[in-house]
Amino acid sequence: MSTLLGQEPTGVPDGHEAYGDEQQPRVGFFTDTSVCIGCKACEVACKEWNLIPQDGQAWTGHSYDNTGELSANTWRHVAFIEQEKPLRTNDDGTTALRWLMESDVCKHCTHAACLDVCPTGALFRTEFGTVVVQEDICNGCGYCVPACPFGVLDKRDIPSTANVGHQPDLLPIFGKKEDGRVWKCTLCYDRLKGGHEPACAQACPTKSIQFGPLDELHARADERLAKLEAEGWNGAQLYLRDPEDGIGGAGAFFLLLDEPEVYGLPPDPVVTTKHLGSMWRNMARAAAVLTVAIVGACARD
Amino acid sequence: MKLRRLIASWPVVHQLKNGDRLALGPAVKSQRSHTLKPRIHDADHVVQSICPYCAVGCGQLVYVRDGEVTHIEGDPASPISRGRLCPKGQASKSYVQSPLREYKVKYRRPYGTRWEELDLETAMDMIADRVIETRAATWQAETEGGNPANRTLAIGNLGGATLDNEENYLIKKLMTALGVVQVENQARI
Amino acid sequence: MPGLGTSFGRGGATTFQQDLQNSDCIVIMGSNMAENHPVGFQWVMEARERGAEVIHVDPRFTRTSAMATKWVGIRAGSDIAFLGGIANYLLQNDLYFEEYVKHYTNAPVIIREEFTDTEELDGLFSGWDPEQGTYDVRQWMYEGMEVHGSGGDPEAGFKATKGEQSGHGGHGGGLRYGEPPSEDPDLKHPRCVFQILKRHFQRYTPELVAETCGCSADDFVAVCEALVRNSGRERTSAFCYAVGWTQHTVGVQLIRACTIVQQLLGNIGRPGGGILALRGHASIQGSTDIPTLYNILPGYLSMPHTEAYGDFETFMKANRSPTGWWGHYDAYWVSLMKAYFGEHATDENDWLFKKLPRIDDDNSMYWTLEQMLAGNVKGYLIAGENPAVGNANGKANRLALAKLDWLVVRDLVEIESASFWYDSPEIESGELKTDQIGTEVFFMPASAHTEKDGSFTNTQRLLQWHWQATEPPQDCRSDLWFYFHLGRRIKQKLADSKDDRDDLITALRWEYPTHTQIREPSAEAVLAEISGWEVESGRFLPAYKELKPDGSTACGCWIYCGVYADGVNQAARKKPHWEQDYVAAEWAWAWPANRRLIYNRASADPDGKPWSERKQYVWWNGEKWTGLDVPDFEETKEPGYVPPDDAEAEAAIAGDHPFIMQADGRSWLYVPQGLEDGPLPTHYEPHESPFDNPLYGQRANPARQQHKNAGWDPYNPVDGEPGSELYPHVFTTYRLTEHHTAGGMTRSVPYLAELQPAMFCEVSPELAEEAGLEHGGWATIYTARSAIEARVLVTERMKPLVVQGRKTHQIGLPYHWGTRLLTQGDSANDLVHAALDPNVHIMETKAATCGIRPGRRPRGAALTEFVAELRDQAHSRREMSPRAESEESRKTAPS
Repeated sequence: MSTLLGQEPTGVPDGHEAYGDEQQPRVGFFTDTSVCIGCKACEVACKEWNLIPQDGQAWTGHSYDNTGELSANTWRHVAFIEQEKPLRTNDDGTTALRWLMESDVCKHCTHAACLDVCPTGALFRTEFGTVVVQEDICNGCGYCVPACPFGVLDKRDIPSTANVGHQPDLLPIFGKKEDGRVWKCTLCYDRLKGGHEPACAQACPTKSIQFGPLDELHARADERLAKLEAEGWNGAQLYLRDPEDGIGGAGAFFLLLDEPEVYGLPPDPVVTTKHLGSMWRNMARAAAVLTVAIVGACARD
Repeated sequence: MKLRRLIASWPVVHQLKNGDRLALGPAVKSQRSHTLKPRIHDADHVVQSICPYCAVGCGQLVYVRDGEVTHIEGDPASPISRGRLCPKGQASKSYVQSPLREYKVKYRRPYGTRWEELDLETAMDMIADRVIETRAATWQAETEGGNPANRTLAIGNLGGATLDNEENYLIKKLMTALGVVQVENQARI
Repeated sequence: MPGLGTSFGRGGATTFQQDLQNSDCIVIMGSNMAENHPVGFQWVMEARERGAEVIHVDPRFTRTSAMATKWVGIRAGSDIAFLGGIANYLLQNDLYFEEYVKHYTNAPVIIREEFTDTEELDGLFSGWDPEQGTYDVRQWMYEGMEVHGSGGDPEAGFKATKGEQSGHGGHGGGLRYGEPPSEDPDLKHPRCVFQILKRHFQRYTPELVAETCGCSADDFVAVCEALVRNSGRERTSAFCYAVGWTQHTVGVQLIRACTIVQQLLGNIGRPGGGILALRGHASIQGSTDIPTLYNILPGYLSMPHTEAYGDFETFMKANRSPTGWWGHYDAYWVSLMKAYFGEHATDENDWLFKKLPRIDDDNSMYWTLEQMLAGNVKGYLIAGENPAVGNANGKANRLALAKLDWLVVRDLVEIESASFWYDSPEIESGELKTDQIGTEVFFMPASAHTEKDGSFTNTQRLLQWHWQATEPPQDCRSDLWFYFHLGRRIKQKLADSKDDRDDLITALRWEYPTHTQIREPSAEAVLAEISGWEVESGRFLPAYKELKPDGSTACGCWIYCGVYADGVNQAARKKPHWEQDYVAAEWAWAWPANRRLIYNRASADPDGKPWSERKQYVWWNGEKWTGLDVPDFEETKEPGYVPPDDAEAEAAIAGDHPFIMQADGRSWLYVPQGLEDGPLPTHYEPHESPFDNPLYGQRANPARQQHKNAGWDPYNPVDGEPGSELYPHVFTTYRLTEHHTAGGMTRSVPYLAELQPAMFCEVSPELAEEAGLEHGGWATIYTARSAIEARVLVTERMKPLVVQGRKTHQIGLPYHWGTRLLTQGDSANDLVHAALDPNVHIMETKAATCGIRPGRRPRGAALTEFVAELRDQAHSRREMSPRAESEESRKTAPS
């Protein structure tokens, strides 16, 4: 295998080809922020489907964003950016005000550092080319947390009554009793296996979140960008679309209306294990998995 | 036999068997990941419903297992919503199963300082009595000018915009027969 | 909605959401559609992607504005000036759709000589009675006609029918024949509607609009140009509105103003055109069609009035219009009585007319509130509403609940209206004491939509069935169950009564099949009753055309007749959209007669040909009307049909008159009767406003309802009166995507509570600077009613406006919060006064005045003192003002 020699073909996700006959076309999200109305249906749809605990009630004063960031208990996050800038360069300028909204999510990187560093094999590449934490394997070691260039991975606290204030009735929503594990978007792995699209994409009222085979999404995004550019939209650009970028492109990529950092996204993300060299970073992981799995299996016995 | 299954399930064996030598993919796929399926596939039945929040009228699919709603999502067949829902509609299951939902009748007696329990049948009977008594005590057969009035102005009924047409129909029908004219809802306009 | 009803004949949205995709220009005004109807908004986005212009005119830059191709910020409550300005722009520049206006509207009709416009009477129409505080509407009538029909005969002591029932068609304006007697087809006669309209709006110039609304004249003209560019034979424009328009003391006239613009542009009854009324609750349209409202019966039939209609014959004469589809009023009425009372309603006993309860002019919610405060209301049942948070002047509402003898609250969670006796703000302030409140409270847990069968009527008149998924848990019951079993028990208890007052209870048809252990009544059986049947055979009726006035048919709501045609639940039809065209006629069922886009005969020209290929929808094929929708016209009535002189009902409607519910078959630019406050919309300032009316001496709507002497609803001084400086800012209240109305359905949901977890106010950086407000800190907002606190969100999306040369600030207040549930906060509605629109008694939540200061509000008794102190100070300053007195003397007595 070419990956063993450290020569990944551009844009091919690590580990995907190993599925052989079981391999499915790589799928992902194209999030088109030019039609996002900031309704947060994606946040709720995700939580409803994945039975994620409430993430706490804190009013931030940051526009309409009271979610803050992606976390173990928030796998879709809508960012709100208020700007004094016209939406289109050809606007008459009288409004000169725009409100950008963007639904962020795990990027399902082509070269995913979280995958590289996970010593237990909890993080794995699915047959759909997505990156998933397996809740039955994760032991909460947390190696993956600093590895993610986007800060997506996060450990879930063990719920305490402090989180729910004086509403003890709320406790049942914390369905998972034991925790401390890492949680993130699975691209609705279970739904994919059942032939359904991810919950957020299905809910999205304006189809700002589009799900599909990555090739199709790329073509759609390119067409979309060309249209917006022709219409003079200010700052329209694709983000993580390019397989040549520092993470080999992403399974979840975006059409933004300003620079990535405006949305709180790293402008030039790099797979954090890159300095190890692809062969060695992968080998390191393989060895670690072997060790942990054997130990784990013995322990289970 | 048991031992062989156990050994076969070891990632190391997987790794060697299927060529995922880096243990990034199939080699580390867990038992749960192998058997995972969407919980809506376990539903006993699914019904087509309509979102209870605003008046857009989005279609919903309500999945049920063992008499409990297990999931609500958009109904793709709806020509209005095409399977999409807003955050409220998407949260309908959490609304139906709200941690604050009340399941029992609660009764507060006049000047009482706390809620008390009350049997549903008893409550219904008491409410029927209250309606009958208030109506009898405040009945206005005629206006001061001698025109027919046939009513009580001492009872009112409020609400309806969140209810079903059939429910509103029974409310107005019953209240009209009772001579209760102060029937109002959110749809003042 | 009478704004739509008087203009077009039906009070519902003229179009359906999916049709917005065909619009070339969509103006969203009085609505924050992206936030409050996000899934419906997909059709606006579809249109935008196809190149349509999307214009949002609103006091705030919202998530809707963010998606629009243009946003114009205006002052809350100035919308009639804006819309009147558009009308003026079209009329002065001859940019209206001439052929449409001449044939399909009442532009050519000549009005009585007595009619005098606001332009001549400084803001009043002729007929104003300052003592009664009402208009004598007879002076507004078409020339050559007597006021008749629902206009009532004031000589005989009849009151004009108004509100929803008159709105639903105006009942024909008492026209003897379909054609008004005096017309000028050239639109030149000085008293024809067209010329009256032109004069009425002549001063609504771009400059005046800019001065009144606080936008730029250029922005305003740009909106006019976009509408003109996108209207006509080849193109169509649509308007979307919501309660941003309705909840004003001029709410009905505001929507009327929009109907005038759309009539002049020729956009009604055509694909991509229309006025989409966006309703806020799942069945708000349904609860007006099958009303839980005091003044109407199902299908917009009038409740009998204490003063007006003594006997059945007079009642019927007054309500039955000789022409148009209201010509069958008797059939609709008698069929309803048969559905209600079965064999007990007979021709001999006038279908029990004498036994029916009578209403007064106003028995609406706020009238009831006043009666409750006075101790006259003993019992109250609340089902799925939360007046303690959702009604204007929340404090008055909570104090009123404490005056009741008994209260029933039905909801899924314990809302503030059920808990007022121990945790309301008035308990905190000491105005209420738990052990001194005599109200007996029954909290009855309700079933969720997933636990019952039933139909909602959505914003586009579509009845959609939802099937029961699970059994209701424990004591939870549907409202169908509650009212059925309540009625059953009452009937049982009164079965042997010989008292006259119990006659209707005895006669009431109240047999519905029940199922399951809890004896849930069959919702389908109720739907079948609503739809109607032939009494003798039991045959389900296919359409309201088959209803008879002789007692041989029964029908619970004539406009819903046919929803159970052939014994099939038509509302439960769920044919997927991919198996039909975009009109989706086989998904659920729309009233009337499954028509999705109403008045659609207007999508063809007078000869019956589509106005253009691009905009074809319904047309005459030489033998009948056909097209993409069910024609909203008699199928075989030729375009050239001229009614004979003695024609009645629908036969009196000409073949080129598409508005078949109107007695003259036309849409009404000018409404000769059916409205309380004028035949044409006029710009009035909100009841509370920092500004004088730039157009007239009459400041606010003269016919608005006030409660000023009652004590419970004090008002801020306005418009530069001494004392008004204490309440210098405009505030407007609204909803957020993440919550629903008074919060009972969302503050109880963890996933929603976390998305908007605190009450906040939105202010501009300029106001923050001026008032010393800190972003993220707290502010106290106050009116003469109360004071509330909110977190401060400083945002560029709020812009100070220059109005009449003065800078004014607007403050945005979402209204979802109350004292309970997962997220708690003060209620914006505590600030809102209860001055009302005179037609429909709705409150003005969208524009009033307030003061703001940094920091949290006083607690406990100090809160009441704080509010009273400011109020007394303001009022004592105001009483010194001579101007206030002159304003008073022109005003109506408190209603």
